[in-house]
Amino acid sequence: MFYREAGDFKTTYPEDAQTFPIRFDRVRYYAVLAVAFGVIPFWINDYWANAVFVPFLIYAIAAIGLNILTGYCGQVSLGTGGFMAVGAYACYKLMTGFPEVSILIHVLLAGGITACVGVLFGLPSLRIKGFYLAVATLAAQFFLVWLFNKVPWFYNYSASGQINAPERTVLGHFVTGPNTSAAAKYLFCLVILFALAWMARNLTRGTIGRRWMAIRDMDIAAEIIGVNPLTAKLSAFAVSSFFIGVAGALFFAVYLGAAEVGEVFGINKSFLVLFMVIIGGLGSIFGSFAGAAFLVLLPVLLKNVLVEGMGWPTDLAAHIELMIVGGLIVVFLIAEPHGLAQLWRVAKEKLRLWPFPH
Amino acid sequence: MKTTFATLAAAAMIAVAAPASADLVVPNLSYRTGPFAAGGIPYADGFNDYFTLLNERDGGIGGEKVLVPECETAYNTEKGVECYEATKGSGALVYNPLSTGITYQLIPKVSADGITLYTPGYGRTSSANGKVFEWVFNYPANYWDGASVAVKHLLDQNGGSLDGKTIALVFHNSAYGKEPIRTLTELSKKHGFKLTEIPVDSPGQEQKSQWLQIRREKPDYVLFWGWGVMNQVAVQEAANIRFPMENMIGVWWSGSENDVKPAGAAANGYKSLAMHGTGMDYPVYADLKQYVLDAGKAAGAGDQVGSVLYSRGMYAAMVISEAIRKAQELAGTSAVNAAQVRDGFEALEITEERMAELGLPNFGQPFAASCEDHGGPGAALIQQWDAAAGKWNLITDFIAPDDEVLDALVLEDSAAYAAENGLAERCN
Repeated sequence: MFYREAGDFKTTYPEDAQTFPIRFDRVRYYAVLAVAFGVIPFWINDYWANAVFVPFLIYAIAAIGLNILTGYCGQVSLGTGGFMAVGAYACYKLMTGFPEVSILIHVLLAGGITACVGVLFGLPSLRIKGFYLAVATLAAQFFLVWLFNKVPWFYNYSASGQINAPERTVLGHFVTGPNTSAAAKYLFCLVILFALAWMARNLTRGTIGRRWMAIRDMDIAAEIIGVNPLTAKLSAFAVSSFFIGVAGALFFAVYLGAAEVGEVFGINKSFLVLFMVIIGGLGSIFGSFAGAAFLVLLPVLLKNVLVEGMGWPTDLAAHIELMIVGGLIVVFLIAEPHGLAQLWRVAKEKLRLWPFPH
Repeated sequence: MKTTFATLAAAAMIAVAAPASADLVVPNLSYRTGPFAAGGIPYADGFNDYFTLLNERDGGIGGEKVLVPECETAYNTEKGVECYEATKGSGALVYNPLSTGITYQLIPKVSADGITLYTPGYGRTSSANGKVFEWVFNYPANYWDGASVAVKHLLDQNGGSLDGKTIALVFHNSAYGKEPIRTLTELSKKHGFKLTEIPVDSPGQEQKSQWLQIRREKPDYVLFWGWGVMNQVAVQEAANIRFPMENMIGVWWSGSENDVKPAGAAANGYKSLAMHGTGMDYPVYADLKQYVLDAGKAAGAGDQVGSVLYSRGMYAAMVISEAIRKAQELAGTSAVNAAQVRDGFEALEITEERMAELGLPNFGQPFAASCEDHGGPGAALIQQWDAAAGKWNLITDFIAPDDEVLDALVLEDSAAYAAENGLAERCN
């Protein structure tokens, strides 16, 4: 009914090749954009920004980044936390070193620096695959965290080893520091996420994305049909690290405002983003959003329901929350191993046939 | 973009209950889960119980009930920030997050929001300088005081000279653990001892290699900056390499019953700093028993009463309640707001007589805050564990820190913060 292809005919190639070929999808996409840009900024407050929306937006960027590498190119990575740390520390050094340059440029440059580091750690992927590569990226995770803890230059020789984001503005509004309004924080992250998601969507639809997917599906066959594994794998590492670096920079500068590498960018962060990708759906941009939403919102929701709604003790609620989230992940992976994105695809299929199922 | 709508739908279900704004709200950002729960649980219990006592016995502070909404941070800064944002709208007057990491996150936020941050014995040391940190208070003592007191105690034991001695600092590899390094470096220059820094990564259950290094290098003394699960592991490891326990001194966060009991008799002689007295020999416990424990209103399992960290939570609650009382006195109203409470903190004076009135005679050091001084005198005691008796014994009086060294460091660090954030000095 809603998903109707009858009457939705394409007569030109550009029409057929558009991102959302079905009209209902397209309309809904614009509606979501309108709400995200036109409605939410006007009523968002500090709590909604800091507990719900900003982490969701930032994790979505990281999840898209990891999804490009793991979901589209098939290179398993456990180094996400380390690469986020590279983004955060690069952003910090740039912010303090060049205070007159716009923070937006710093965030993108931090992504660029992370891309270079990512390529460096991606080099082993040319020789090793699967679990072995996962272990190599795990080494990157531990090495990078150790490095940022060990070398005082990275944290400007501060006594505590913490990095603090100084106040920076975009178009006259604070986007980092304590005086940032909730709307500015939200919009800054939203604009970056929008641009990056748009870029990711188009990259994965085009030649580069097809190369990545060919490598993922069968690397030897891909090589035979003319895909250069070196450029394909390294470009996946570069693009993925760029996204993750941007996410790390935003995470530190906009969301937290201060960071301690061992805690914020530890191995747990790598796992969290990996879970987002797996739960959301490997090889799907929408899945990255869905996975990030699932793992950011569910704990907050459960906490509010259990502690504020039902008045449970905080420690009991925290433990139950761990069990529920963990349980849901397991159930999910058994019931739908391809993640939320696949559920959505199935739902769409059913809607197309409705009300006449086979 | 697509899920934003679904997000909205989910978000609509997330209800944020706000308590009535008429009461005094002191959120308790506690942690009863995770690797640091061993420290978080007794502290949170002591904190809650003291306010329960005030509510039950006196009807609150100045006739206003105190609400202590609890929020679980698991010692995690992200959750801490979420807890802060979730509770600040409820009219929160003061925050005490019991985590140096969360404190660093909150310092800029509370300054922008105008809410007091009280970090007794932890947090950013240089916030002792009230000229720069308007909204942050860390009396009666801070990390640099602690480091200096420990060194002074060692000086006392060595006839006033540590020349040629080696001191190893075993620390939690985070802002918290790194905090004393700057002071100890200065002190090592002044007193001629050699300082070895030995970091332990969080949460600190794995310390074998660090203690092997200690066994190899044989430092004369070990200073220990640990917390939570890390403490008991360190005490056990020190016992395993037969490091003389009396040569190991923990900071006050590494000196509770939880830290030494697992090692049994091997922990005998372990020393730690203490900011305040401990145990049940204070008159306040009679009231606490009558109004809170026997009434079934105790926080948590109620089994932590009288332990070191329970006492510390209670002490923090006592200082906060006194500051609120002071604020009520200054403002002439019982329904004080966050800004008035800050003034209360700044004008707070805790005398020995007042402590005795509160049922805690000789519990902590008397102090008086001022516009410049948010850090208090910084003196600390040394306590030693008696494994056979299963109790901590205080073996010194309050030892004053070496202010000559510390004041310069505090000024330097706070000036750096002021420059970074473009703050002008107050109190002029």
